[in-house]
Amino acid sequence: MNADLVFDLVLGAGLLWSAAGALLGRDRYGAVILFIVFGLLMTLAWVRLAAPDIALAEAAIGAGLTGALLLDALGGDSAGTAQRGASRWLLLPLAGAIAILLAGALRGLPAPSGELREAVSAALAHSGVSHPVTAVLLNFRGYDTLLEVSVLLAALLGVLGAARDARPARLSAAPLLQAATRVLVPFMLLTAGYLLWAGAHRPGGAFQAAAVLAAGAVLLALVGMLGGWTRPALRTRLAIAAGPAVFLLVAAPSFERTLLLQLPPQHAGRLILLIEAALTLSLGFILAGLFLALLRGDTAGDGQA
Amino acid sequence: MSSGLFYAILGCALFALGLAATLLLREALRRVLAFNVMGSGGFLVFVGLAQRDGVVDPVPQAMVLTGIVVAVAATALALALLRRLEQTDAHEP
Amino acid sequence: MLDVASATLMLLGAGFFLAGTVGLLRFPDIYSRLHALTKADNLGVGCIAVALALQADGLAAGLKLLLVWPLVLLASATVSYAIAERARALGVPLDGGAPDDAP
Repeated sequence: MNADLVFDLVLGAGLLWSAAGALLGRDRYGAVILFIVFGLLMTLAWVRLAAPDIALAEAAIGAGLTGALLLDALGGDSAGTAQRGASRWLLLPLAGAIAILLAGALRGLPAPSGELREAVSAALAHSGVSHPVTAVLLNFRGYDTLLEVSVLLAALLGVLGAARDARPARLSAAPLLQAATRVLVPFMLLTAGYLLWAGAHRPGGAFQAAAVLAAGAVLLALVGMLGGWTRPALRTRLAIAAGPAVFLLVAAPSFERTLLLQLPPQHAGRLILLIEAALTLSLGFILAGLFLALLRGDTAGDGQA
Repeated sequence: MSSGLFYAILGCALFALGLAATLLLREALRRVLAFNVMGSGGFLVFVGLAQRDGVVDPVPQAMVLTGIVVAVAATALALALLRRLEQTDAHEP
Repeated sequence: MLDVASATLMLLGAGFFLAGTVGLLRFPDIYSRLHALTKADNLGVGCIAVALALQADGLAAGLKLLLVWPLVLLASATVSYAIAERARALGVPLDGGAPDDAP
């Protein structure tokens, strides 16, 4: 048994244990914390699978933002309702049976053909960027990314419509906090810009930059320097719409050739950077908005973290 | 066993755990957690299977990246709807 | 030699993170949880940042990694202060106390 396999086994055990603890534990607060732990362990799994872009996104969005959303959803009630007897004992055997069926199906698969990989490597030189994941996201499968931004926009509209508590999301307006924020947020903007630019030739890109931007926006809102999330102002609306709009604008010329989003190779690099910049702005605001619009401004419970 | 295949099998286990929990648990919040665990399991299967011969494959990685962001949006929407549900129940006579 | 130092520091950092998470799970109220979280996690980040900087390719990469630590310190100090102040304003009690016993 080499060291890699030992590490994988320990990580796998940690993943299963934290997932089981999150789902089956008695206490809701502990469940959410274990879910965040699960997300961070997943980040390590992505690193093991040589997927640093996914690891960055999982840490920031999957563990961080989702964890914050869930902690806020706990409200004041952290005690859980215990599972009824029969279905609790059914859960693990059922899960085990499904897992064995799925894993058994995996063993019978032929070796992967690697066709897609080779096609991507062959076309990479014409894609305008040198990092394959970015090329796939923004050029070869740009349509998926366009639809994804639209889905996120729709989710934000749904959240703004459904969560109608009109209290502004603000933790504290202490001057000390605002001073510290004034130091932090420029660093966040710089990091977001760097991640955006670096995405062209190393792990990074629009999603990771948007996560940092969202964190900056959330910080500003929590210390009272950025308000109005339940009734977004015109500038905010423009910023949110900028991403899909620019993407559609870039896609529009290709409509006439009936091949959607085919970027001309000589301009592809610049167009991708333009689309990514607009996407970062939009996604940053959308992700921040998903959190801030849900924030309970009036929690009088026992103040979960 | 390559690490890709190991994580694909682990993904199956997580997916199964999440599926069973989504079906059998009662609390809405736990079901949202279970749904996320299912999603993470699915992502692991996706990338693990594609890389089971050890070579990095960017296409499933890009798709999983998209999937993670969409999953967080779905979770936010689910939590917003849950809160409306709580409020509606509270106002019910 | 460098590898041994890095590995030791990483294990130490992981241990700090573990301690912080156990504190987050087991402490009874928000103030002590914030205490565990910020103290232990910041030390953990510091150890891991130094461990990774020792393994970095060049001076620039190493300094970038080391820059993470003060930024995390500043960010976590800011946010935990905001959280604790909000909890106090809401009247969240210390462990076991009645709501009037907020500090």
